[in-house]
Amino acid sequence: MNPSVAALRERFGGAVTRSFESCGDTIVHVDATRAIEILRWLKDTPGQDYNYLADITAVEHRDGERPIEIVYELFSLTRKVPLRVKVELPKAEELAVDSAVPIWAGANWLEREVFDMFGVTFRGHPDLRRILMWETYAEGYPLRKDFPLRGRFSRSEQVRQALNANPEAHYSMEELAIANVAHELPAEIRDRLARGQRGVIPDPEGGRG
Amino acid sequence: MKTVSPHGSENWLTTKMTSLVDWGVNWGRANSLWPMPFGTACCAIEFMATAASRFDLARFGMERMSFSPRQADVLICAGRLPFKLAPVIRRIYDQMPQPKWVISMGACASSGGIFDNYAMVQGIDTVVPVDVYVPGCPPRPEGLLYGIGLLQKKIKGETFRDAAIREEHPLDRRGLSMAPERIDELSEPFGNSVHQTRSA
Repeated sequence: MNPSVAALRERFGGAVTRSFESCGDTIVHVDATRAIEILRWLKDTPGQDYNYLADITAVEHRDGERPIEIVYELFSLTRKVPLRVKVELPKAEELAVDSAVPIWAGANWLEREVFDMFGVTFRGHPDLRRILMWETYAEGYPLRKDFPLRGRFSRSEQVRQALNANPEAHYSMEELAIANVAHELPAEIRDRLARGQRGVIPDPEGGRG
Repeated sequence: MKTVSPHGSENWLTTKMTSLVDWGVNWGRANSLWPMPFGTACCAIEFMATAASRFDLARFGMERMSFSPRQADVLICAGRLPFKLAPVIRRIYDQMPQPKWVISMGACASSGGIFDNYAMVQGIDTVVPVDVYVPGCPPRPEGLLYGIGLLQKKIKGETFRDAAIREEHPLDRRGLSMAPERIDELSEPFGNSVHQTRSA
């Protein structure tokens, strides 16, 4: 068992709800309301130094009663020690946790992916948009267990929505890394980026958008 | 070579002249196809192998890969097409000047392949018209060369008198290239994926 677990229990007490070892990995379940505080402590405390956030993902179990788990894969680059921190979100309540972007900037796209695939909201995230599916995607969250494998809409409706999407409307200024040369862009593109214009799905009977 | 005459009977000389011009034009077109490679997956690796020295696409006048659709004759979709890329390939197709043809390379581009799921177009023919389908997962370079051979054969059977084959078919007002019922029919599961009905 990773000694960080004992340190966490000593420091946070009841906020650490469960800890166990599986396949050589130490897994710690923590309270959702204090998750960010605990993650920050794990990163900043000397002797813990989990300074690398390898991944954020989510798990929905086949048993519908079980909560959705948000999984933080931490790694200490100085001590070469991994730690897995999990947060449980009951399905009956709002699926939301605080964002880890203030702690690790790299959490930005990881949290967007969890939002895109599972519909979990990250409070305080600077740019919470879909990342894999296009932004006007309206069928739901593909990795949820209640999501049909082929999607919710008919194939023709999926093709129609896809063909009506604007492929150029998926990028923020930061993603394009052109924020510092924005003044050199054509006025029309600059204007569109400034307004954050996204693809629009026109109604089936109306003209193209 | 037989030519299709939309105007009924023609005199002997006109027919001969038409076939001669057709022969010349088609010979030129078929032997200098410039491909626009749209490689999205493993088929693109086989496509690169086809273009490399061992199989040497240059033998068929396709040496110049056209990475701008505006100078391309044949769009080769090598690999699966996710819905997110559907408007992209459609725009590339629309940007290509006539005459233009499309080769759908591999199982995924032709039918969705093993990806019968929420994210994948079930055959690029629901998005752009396709001239030649090359089966395989991925097809070997010989397979693609055979497909290109079929396309050349098709080109050599065309006639400049038939204006209909050069007509542009832009997306209709719904934003589709064909009737929705036709898309649903083309996208229906087949083979092993009919057993793939699990949803929860």
